[in-house]
Amino acid sequence: MAKYSLRVITLGYLAFLLILPVGLIGWRTFADGLSPVIDALTSDDAVHAFRVTLIVAVWAVLLNTVFGVGAALLLVRGRIPGKRLLSALIDLPLAVSPVIVGLALILVYGSFEPIGRWFGDRGVQIIFAVPGMVLATVFVSLPLVVRAIVPVLQEMGNEQEQAAHTLGAGRWATFWRITIPGIRWALAYGVVLCLARALGEYGAVAVVSGRVVGQTQTATLFVEERYQNFDTVSAYATATALALIAIVALLIAKLLDRGALKRSEKH
Amino acid sequence: MAIQVNGVSKAFGGTPVLDDVSIDVGSGELTALLGPSGGGKSTLLRVIAGLEVPDRGTVVISGVDSTRMSPQQRQVGFVFQHYAAFKHLTVFKNIAFGLQIRKRPRAEIKRRVHELLELVHLEQLAHRYPAQLSGGQRQRMALARALAVEPEVLLLDEPFGALDAQVRKELRTWLRRLHDEVHVTTVFVTHDQEEAMDVADRIVVLAGGRVEQVGSPTEIYENPANAFVMGFLGAVTTVGGRLVRPHDVEISTTPAAGSVAATINRIVRLGFEERIEMSGPDGEIMAQVLRGGAEQMRVTGGDMVWIRPRDDARTLEPAR
Repeated sequence: MAKYSLRVITLGYLAFLLILPVGLIGWRTFADGLSPVIDALTSDDAVHAFRVTLIVAVWAVLLNTVFGVGAALLLVRGRIPGKRLLSALIDLPLAVSPVIVGLALILVYGSFEPIGRWFGDRGVQIIFAVPGMVLATVFVSLPLVVRAIVPVLQEMGNEQEQAAHTLGAGRWATFWRITIPGIRWALAYGVVLCLARALGEYGAVAVVSGRVVGQTQTATLFVEERYQNFDTVSAYATATALALIAIVALLIAKLLDRGALKRSEKH
Repeated sequence: MAIQVNGVSKAFGGTPVLDDVSIDVGSGELTALLGPSGGGKSTLLRVIAGLEVPDRGTVVISGVDSTRMSPQQRQVGFVFQHYAAFKHLTVFKNIAFGLQIRKRPRAEIKRRVHELLELVHLEQLAHRYPAQLSGGQRQRMALARALAVEPEVLLLDEPFGALDAQVRKELRTWLRRLHDEVHVTTVFVTHDQEEAMDVADRIVVLAGGRVEQVGSPTEIYENPANAFVMGFLGAVTTVGGRLVRPHDVEISTTPAAGSVAATINRIVRLGFEERIEMSGPDGEIMAQVLRGGAEQMRVTGGDMVWIRPRDDARTLEPAR
């Protein structure tokens, strides 16, 4: 009895919070057939918004991949004091509201702040431009790659790396030939998660982008703006497209995770 | 000398692990570092390999002071207890790793790897992954990988420690034969005295971070420097206040000069030998005789006998 009620509660919870809303958006999107959806998604503003999202997401993933691998190596292999503090700092973005992240970035990089002005004088605008949006996205998705890699690095140990050293491999060769192949599945998993997060980011980007239509508007900002302007067809179509991308990303992540699990069982 | 370790000390977080250790390893020798766990033998091996930097002292390999050299500059082969196989590479590529790092021509790598595969009897498994090999096969692969780069010295850290008893015995006989074929200066770490005596030309006994004794297996067994070495290399028992090997205990039914009285508790038959357990003035005493020995002497459990160390036996004072 208890078994069944638990199932009913879990499924009901998921149905009302997740399946119903997302499903309804999908249903509403295609309520008038396919052609309005295609029109909405191919409008200049929509295409531009997706392009901005893509640019921001690719940069954020790239930066977080490099930083994530470095930070994970430091956390697992490094002999530095204050490791726990570093570890806690890396998790901070999970706890801080994205809106606060956006405001904090404006405080540092806004054109009237010292650092922001320094960049401005050199012709680099950060806030209300793509660099600021990348920074905001990097911030909110910071822990994803690190957290995916750390346990795998720990389990792998450093004997393989030591063996490579005794066989004549330097640090760089060992990193590329031994460490990276050893963590490749976890790294791919973290990258996909990071990408999904970056594509869907709203709050922090909304604050730092200035929401200039056709310039700094990402796909999520586009959904919101269209909805406010009663263009529900565009809003729903874009929302559905984003949801589909996220679902595909999650499926890929699950497959990668399973692949990693199977491989580690085999060893 | 292939390896000279001079006055090496090393501490981890304030705990001394090696305390002024000096050893010489001759070219082409097969040397065992033997001792209880925590005695510092693995650390000494890792210092020789360059995987640990000593706090004090120097390491000279083939006449070159290597103390500050990184592992990849030292020309040493290292075999880990848990193999450290490159899991994402096939057996072939594992063995080829060091040669590829050295950018040897492809044809040469292929030829050399096949030679080594033959040497370690893994020809059929060249394209398997480490996960598809048994422990013994993985360790032979690791050995081939270390030998591929023609190291000046080969270092093995408890190479058979993770294997079951049967495979262990096979592999150590095989290692001995391999060494007679390849003649590379080899140092291996073990806590198993039987393994050390079976395989090594020379044994270095390490305990508490210090060298207790260095010598051939026979020397160390016959002439232990102290009670610790004697006890570590084989069974000992106390007769008349002296430590003696159980097979050097002479049993007689009549008293003789220097003998003490003891009572037989039990006679255990262990294949070709018998163990006679007694109690006497020194407490529990153990003697080893050949099969049928007790019957020839016409003694059995409960009998009173006279025991003393054999005349030519090496005896030691017990450690205080």
